[in-house]
Amino acid sequence: MPVSPGLALYSDYAFHSAVAVYLLAMLLHLAEYARARALAVRSLSSSSRVAVPAGVSAGSTGGAVDGPGSDGPGSDGTVDGAERGTGGPVGGSGSGGSGSPAGAARPWGERFGRMAVALTVLGALLHIGSTVVRGLAVERWPWGNMYEFISAICLMAVLTWLVMLRRTPALRAAGAFVLIPVETLLFLAGSALYVRPAPVVPALQSYWLAIHVTAVSIASGLLLVAGVGSILFLVRRAGGHGPLLDLLPSADTLDRMAYRITVFAFPLYTFAVICGAIWAEAAWGRFWGWDPKETVAFVVWVVYAGYLHARATAGWRGGAAAWVNVLGMAAMLFNLFFVNLVTTGLHSYAGLG
Amino acid sequence: MTSSTTRPADGAPGSAPGPGQPPDGPPPTPGPPGVPPPGPARRLLALGRNTWRGLTSMRTALILLFLLALAALPGALLPQHPLNEAKVTAYRQQHPTVGPLLDRLGFFDVFASPWFAAIYLLLFVSLVGCLTPRTWEYLRACRARPVATPRNLARLPHHALGAAGGGPEEALAGVTARLRGWRTEVRGDAEVGYTVSAERGYLREAGNLVFHLALLGLLVGLALGKLFGYEGQVIVMADGDQFCNSGILGYDSFHAGPWVDGTALSPFCVKVDGFAADYLPNGQPEHYQARLGYQAGDQLAAGAGGPWTPFQLEVNKPLRLAGDRVYLLGNGYAPRFTVTYPDGTRRTQAIQWKPADPATMLSMGATKFDRPNAAGRPAGRPDQLAVTGLFAPTSSGGSVVTSVYPSLQNPEVAVDVYRGDLGLDDGRGQSIFEVSQPQIASGALRKVARQNLVPGQSIRLDDGTTIRFDDVSRWVDLQVSHDPAQDLVLLFAVLILLGLGTSLTIKRRRFWARIGPERPGGGARRTVVEIGGLARTDQAGYGEEFTRLRDDLLVPARDEKGGA
Repeated sequence: MPVSPGLALYSDYAFHSAVAVYLLAMLLHLAEYARARALAVRSLSSSSRVAVPAGVSAGSTGGAVDGPGSDGPGSDGTVDGAERGTGGPVGGSGSGGSGSPAGAARPWGERFGRMAVALTVLGALLHIGSTVVRGLAVERWPWGNMYEFISAICLMAVLTWLVMLRRTPALRAAGAFVLIPVETLLFLAGSALYVRPAPVVPALQSYWLAIHVTAVSIASGLLLVAGVGSILFLVRRAGGHGPLLDLLPSADTLDRMAYRITVFAFPLYTFAVICGAIWAEAAWGRFWGWDPKETVAFVVWVVYAGYLHARATAGWRGGAAAWVNVLGMAAMLFNLFFVNLVTTGLHSYAGLG
Repeated sequence: MTSSTTRPADGAPGSAPGPGQPPDGPPPTPGPPGVPPPGPARRLLALGRNTWRGLTSMRTALILLFLLALAALPGALLPQHPLNEAKVTAYRQQHPTVGPLLDRLGFFDVFASPWFAAIYLLLFVSLVGCLTPRTWEYLRACRARPVATPRNLARLPHHALGAAGGGPEEALAGVTARLRGWRTEVRGDAEVGYTVSAERGYLREAGNLVFHLALLGLLVGLALGKLFGYEGQVIVMADGDQFCNSGILGYDSFHAGPWVDGTALSPFCVKVDGFAADYLPNGQPEHYQARLGYQAGDQLAAGAGGPWTPFQLEVNKPLRLAGDRVYLLGNGYAPRFTVTYPDGTRRTQAIQWKPADPATMLSMGATKFDRPNAAGRPAGRPDQLAVTGLFAPTSSGGSVVTSVYPSLQNPEVAVDVYRGDLGLDDGRGQSIFEVSQPQIASGALRKVARQNLVPGQSIRLDDGTTIRFDDVSRWVDLQVSHDPAQDLVLLFAVLILLGLGTSLTIKRRRFWARIGPERPGGGARRTVVEIGGLARTDQAGYGEEFTRLRDDLLVPARDEKGGA
């Protein structure tokens, strides 16, 4: 299997550009928070009528987002009141979209947020490019080592985020917190975990690499976003107000996002584990052998099963269930890092040895 | 979110006994009324019933689930007996106090420990206790008619009031036609008006039940595999050597389930004709391939001289025979030595040396020689020989032999030759890769030479014996696996997936329509229609569908959206 160093170099360029663009997007998201805070501070100092400017700014932000009919029929009708109500957490009145008379008068905070989303899309395109070119360079599926795998997970997380954002525009302000773990993971992957493009060891030369690892990385990317949703839900639910907190999507919206993603990701994760077992049967002589990776994958599966059950149990819905979801994400990341890098097992494919 | 109004069957299973029943209310048995102290038998019964209810409640199931996750973790964090014995030993040596304690408590073999089994068995008992009533309830629900229309539809999460063109019969026809695919029940008549009750999404609960029952099936499949399965490893020289699956003794190591006695292994033979490994310039393996021939079934009758079916055995490409699978697990080198004794007799031997460094395939081992015609000699065997040391497939060429590349390019051995009593007859097993250290310590085995050799070179010992390094063979490590329940496990895994997908995508929801009675007089015929909807499961997404139903059924004029 030949490796094309030229193509690989282009893949690296695209990867680095994607990381830079995501970073910029993250900063712009944060600028939206900074703007909200600045406005709040200004209004506090300038007049005694505290609520009005702060409320308008936050309200119009949300309002403009889901004002234009959200995206019409594509958006989910169930969410009705809840979603719309979340647009302006402070001033519910702002949710009609009346706050922003289109175009030039759009407030700065919102402009930052919109730019951030546009940059996230651009970053995702670069990221896709990097992955595809890497695959072409090594002439195999580009998730054969830790660097490539983490890159794939992050790409899936960003795409998941963009899809969710399209369906529920009120989520936009959560973007910064989705990009923070993505950016951290990508930075780790691109620096400490980077490996030169190379063919994979014989055990990985199987069409199951395409099926099993693709499913795992999609599921992991989804669950990462779901976990962020649950963390933000817990923050929001803890109460407290302020220009920063109020900019976050409502607790209800965040919880719904986390649940929806998990409900989609859990069967996919189950599928990935089953594919892994089928592959293990062909490669290692048994479909399940409690290899460290398999063990933690089982733990992750059980925790997410617990999450789905908790959602259906009185007294567990809400906070407790969200904690379980966060625990699931932690277990998944633990499986990604600790088991790949620290323990030695059959899944030691980090490519760093 | 709308649907917290009712808990569907997939909600808390603990609620199965019904909310009206007091937690420990005695059943209405015909007995003397007003007996305050319940007898011990009844108390025991109550205790049993309460325990059972507690065990089958969702809360308990959740706690058991988390316990299961927690209990599995040491299996990944601590070294495990079945996976890596050497690491367990090392851990015990590093932690002299905690190590043995953990070992006794089963922490080094978590998945065979009684406490792990206790958790999952309790979980499955809880599951059965929860599924049984749910299955009956589901079967009943499947035959039941959709529930009657609530009096006040406006109190439902989804509601609309409007009108349909035509009389009540036409409106009814319109509604029932639109509700194709729903289970519907029409009540009433033209005089008082009709009500239509409809329900949909019964498959959700079916999927949920299939998922949980398939988990049980999976456990049974795993247990059967453990009871009837076996797994054996054997090293076969890749120069035409054969292995036959005729008994346990043919294996280097053999692990079998308790119900396998080793007398009825599926018969087949394997002959390894060659082995090739390709490596990248940096030493990373790229491809392993063993050229096999096998005999199974009728071919066996012809014996080793009969026809062999050729097969290319590769990683990820096992040889599947009826009931058994043969895997290529590992490979290595076997240096061949010829000993020529002073009287001219010769012995040639090549046995596997084990790779000490998988990256460069630097290997270590011991090739042991018994002097021919030694049977008549006195006990103690003072003239056995062992050639032991290191083998480098691509030697760096220095005086200290190291390997720089895993493939066979510049082979060299660095060997010590021991002479004396190898201690092979003392009844204890000894490693085939080492000479016995106690024998060296006791002076029964002495080092008589140390030298580096390339193929063709030889050592001459003080008594005139010569030891020649002839060449190198390759060996492969084969694993034979047998798991009769494997297909069963796969079947249940697929059912798990299907059940899960069904129960998480299908929504159970109800829909009602109340069609007003015929109104005498009036101009254009119109009938008042009121509709209501209720999603019975968490996270319904029902609003969108309800809106479509409303738009299809009601004339847009006077509709009003209620509820939200």
